[in-house]
Amino acid sequence: MAEPIIKVENVWFAYDDKVVALRGVSLDIYPGEMIAIIGQNGGGKTTLAKHLNGLLKPKKGRVLVKGMDTRYTPTHKIVKVVGYVFQNPSHQLFASTVYDEVAYGPKNLGIEGEELDKRVKWALSMVGLEGYEKENPYDLDYGKMKLLTIASVISMDPEVFVLDEPTTGQDHRGRMILADLCKKLNEQGKTVIVITHDMKFVAEVARRTILMADGRIVLDGPTREVMSAIDVLRKAAIKPPQIAEFSYRLREAGVNINAITISEALEQLKALLSARR
Amino acid sequence: MSEYVIEVENLSYSYPRKANVLRNISFKVKKGEVLGIIGPNGAGKSTLCKALNGLVPHFYGGRFSGRVVVAGMNTLEHTVAELATKVGLVFQDPEEQLSGVALTVYEEVAFGLSMLGFPKEEIDVRVKEAIKKVGLEGLEWRAPFELSGGQTQRLAIATVLALKPEVLVLDEPTAQLDPIGKFEVFSVIKKLAEEGSTIVVVEHEIEELATFADNIMLLNEGRVVAYGPARKVLGMVEELKKCGVNPPSVTELTYLLKKEVGVDLEVPITLEEAIKIYGEALGVM
Repeated sequence: MAEPIIKVENVWFAYDDKVVALRGVSLDIYPGEMIAIIGQNGGGKTTLAKHLNGLLKPKKGRVLVKGMDTRYTPTHKIVKVVGYVFQNPSHQLFASTVYDEVAYGPKNLGIEGEELDKRVKWALSMVGLEGYEKENPYDLDYGKMKLLTIASVISMDPEVFVLDEPTTGQDHRGRMILADLCKKLNEQGKTVIVITHDMKFVAEVARRTILMADGRIVLDGPTREVMSAIDVLRKAAIKPPQIAEFSYRLREAGVNINAITISEALEQLKALLSARR
Repeated sequence: MSEYVIEVENLSYSYPRKANVLRNISFKVKKGEVLGIIGPNGAGKSTLCKALNGLVPHFYGGRFSGRVVVAGMNTLEHTVAELATKVGLVFQDPEEQLSGVALTVYEEVAFGLSMLGFPKEEIDVRVKEAIKKVGLEGLEWRAPFELSGGQTQRLAIATVLALKPEVLVLDEPTAQLDPIGKFEVFSVIKKLAEEGSTIVVVEHEIEELATFADNIMLLNEGRVVAYGPARKVLGMVEELKKCGVNPPSVTELTYLLKKEVGVDLEVPITLEEAIKIYGEALGVM
């Protein structure tokens, strides 16, 4: 197996003396993974995510990004590898046109001229915002603003994307666009890490899921296994996707079914029902 | 007074800078009924909520036609302040709801009542009752900013309940909350519904809505696309998807099974119904 692109080693973090946000978190992230981090607010998800690109530094333990210790490496070197998309678009957007917004990051990395233009066009086409170059970011609707914040990270072409609650405030259509975008980035070889409360999104998109509570990792494994650990999820007050719960309850009743998405349940029930006829 | 708490007839509305946000909308809500409003972002859901308490058109201006009557009051003939005691509107972001000046949960709930000039004894009774209804007993002397997301939204609901409105209008009350917060707020809404409150609620969490809504209205581009009993509207899988709305997963699953294999199954709209239907179909229950 390849070397981890990010190594989190026994990381402790506190915002002040009272609130300990991370309590000895260890985690290896490999290139090309598609990971969801779930858990209640205050469980440490965002704090952990902000350690992955050096926005926060561990009080104890260390984080290695491609071997670089985030405590001693200048941030501009880390953000070339790990791009972070904030939850609230207005915390991130500041330029007066969509084009300038997306060009800002790569410009700071010293990219200019044709290469810069190519990067911006590519990033906008990835999120489907071609044609909006001259618009003011704040004139976009919320869904498009969110896509723009992602484009402005794509244009820096990092190897790892960290997305903090991308589906909050999105309707079904917005969620689908984001799910497709995550898959597309992942197919292009990017490592994608999504912090989310949206369990349906997790079941459909993530291959590996990490459940955090009280600053610790409670579960870390293939999404199917985590979504099927109904008792642990309940204890963390996480509502699994409806299909996972449906499948779990039928399994308890003796039905041979193990599905976390609609399409999986559809295939398995087709077989089960036709066997009964 | 008629048996309807809300009567909306041919309501059309344009904001000063945005035309045709609501197009010819008609519906009625009976006392004790829960109406769920669903639809994609930009469908006009929030605008419709604001039309129910008179913010549209009194505060926003614009072009308004048709009739909105709430608790017997035509919204065009009454001020927002008068309507506020009849229609309690809870916003998506609880921070918007709170006065920002109250130092404690108790004071926050009392704030609206004291602004309306209620006597102190009456305020005390109502505040305690409202706090109990949303399950915030024991947190009366806590500062509002110290509350969790779910607690803050429940506080926002309490400030509205204290005015004893005839109808509670909730605009995506769980959209910004984490799973625990969502659970807390849904529990409060379900309890209020069971106790017979009249409720209009805009929600993206269709699977939750399916467990307590009597009627559902699907809005898209300002128009009513579907309206009727929850079971009927949530079963319209194609129409929902066309509007960019997800039906409950168990409903969609059953719809697909029927379409692809032609099985003869009842269509569930909740998890419990689905377990029963499939348990029987598979001979394990």
